Amino acid sequence: MQDFSQAFGLALRLVLDADPDLLEIIALSLQVSLSAVAIACLIGLPIGTAIAMGRFRGRTATIILLNALMGLPPVVVGLLIYLLLSNAGPLGWMRLLYTPTAMIIAQAVLITPIVAALSREVVEQLSVEYAEQFRSLSVPRSSAAAALLWDARYSLLTVALAGFGRAVAEVGAVIIVGGNIDHLTRVMTTAIALETSKGDLALALALGIVLITLALSVNAAVMALRLTATRYAYA
Amino acid sequence: MPDGMTIVQRDTWVAPRDDSQCLGEAIGLVYRSGERTLIDGIDLRIPSISRTVVMGANGAGKSLLLRLLHGLLIPSAGQVSWGGRVLDDAQRRQQAMVFQRPVLLRRSVAANIRFVLKLRGRADSARVDAILDEVGLAAHAHQPARLLSGGEQQRLALARALATNPLVLFLDEPTASLDPASTAAIEAIVNRAHTRGTKIIFVTHDLGQARRLADDVIFLRDGKLAEHSPAQTFFDAPASQAARDYLDGRLVIRKSTK
Repeated sequence: MQDFSQAFGLALRLVLDADPDLLEIIALSLQVSLSAVAIACLIGLPIGTAIAMGRFRGRTATIILLNALMGLPPVVVGLLIYLLLSNAGPLGWMRLLYTPTAMIIAQAVLITPIVAALSREVVEQLSVEYAEQFRSLSVPRSSAAAALLWDARYSLLTVALAGFGRAVAEVGAVIIVGGNIDHLTRVMTTAIALETSKGDLALALALGIVLITLALSVNAAVMALRLTATRYAYA
Repeated sequence: MPDGMTIVQRDTWVAPRDDSQCLGEAIGLVYRSGERTLIDGIDLRIPSISRTVVMGANGAGKSLLLRLLHGLLIPSAGQVSWGGRVLDDAQRRQQAMVFQRPVLLRRSVAANIRFVLKLRGRADSARVDAILDEVGLAAHAHQPARLLSGGEQQRLALARALATNPLVLFLDEPTASLDPASTAAIEAIVNRAHTRGTKIIFVTHDLGQARRLADDVIFLRDGKLAEHSPAQTFFDAPASQAARDYLDGRLVIRKSTK
């Protein structure tokens, strides 16, 4: 117990002193996860919108598959990306393994289904509400899609934040494709795993505090967005 | 408006006898949902300029008929034509519809108008202001549309429909949940649009409103056309027993459908 309180005290000091190593790890974590969210939104939002607005054979099966992909195990994703990017893999020539880019790819693969599946649900609800009015106004499909995405913006931001939460807290995929290399690919989750195994509980706890604070901030942001949207009847 | 169209005064209105007086036409219109026949072989000639009011008991098929005439639903049999041509997308772009519950975009009042003007390639802020001014919503231009009162929301929906400059305006019980003042405001806007040459097709349950607005009345019963008469004839001496019962406030029980 004394070890724990001592470690906790050291952790707080690291956070309050803005320890350079700690800041470097946090910055890389944010860079990787925010990039992954941006890529996941670029791919996932159009997919979700297309499925929400489309009527095609196999639509229900596609939705089931997309929903199932939300639960992709990070280690399996990490393994698949590893196989793709390793020297013997089809994309080995790109020499991306053990780089932040590989970690971004792994997290993007992991959260794109989340963004696509959740945005499909959000856009579909709105699409059902607008459908008859849009048909009456002869709104072209491209304009309808743009209008739906814009009008669902608050809910879709929530979706993006959910994706970010999942990405930044994930460890399995990034440790496989990133390798947890100091000053290169070490992010918060991989550092916590390593420092714990080394017995450096202070740094692990400091990173844990930051991670939990980040999770709380993301949830607070989601709540604030929802309240704003409801207040202005944009939800 | 189609060539040869004439403005027909309310008290001299007669059922259209030739194409010059007929704007819309339904021939053998049938709409089925599963085993049920909800619109059952309606033949209709819709006069070119009048305010046509559609009446009938709940479940008579009024809203369905409106949606079929506007092309929101595809008939199971029969066809709808406007200006002598079978209803297509180009014709539907010349029509607009206001629903019982206004469906407003999650944007400001002005942005709702701007959205349809952009679709028609005529978006400019002066036009948006003029449209909102006409329906008395200029002061609310920058407010979120969905925070307006029920009456204001319906006026905005009506303004948005009229912003497309439609030849035909369909209204599906737009005042069903509004107070008398809001209802009067909607009716005034509809009448102004009609004066400018827009054909009005208005569904209502409100007999007083029908008397105020109608030039001719389409009366439906059980998905069938019971009567299409000039308003005065309909209210003074309805031809069908179903209409007499309806006007007398007697319960009209829906027969089982085929």
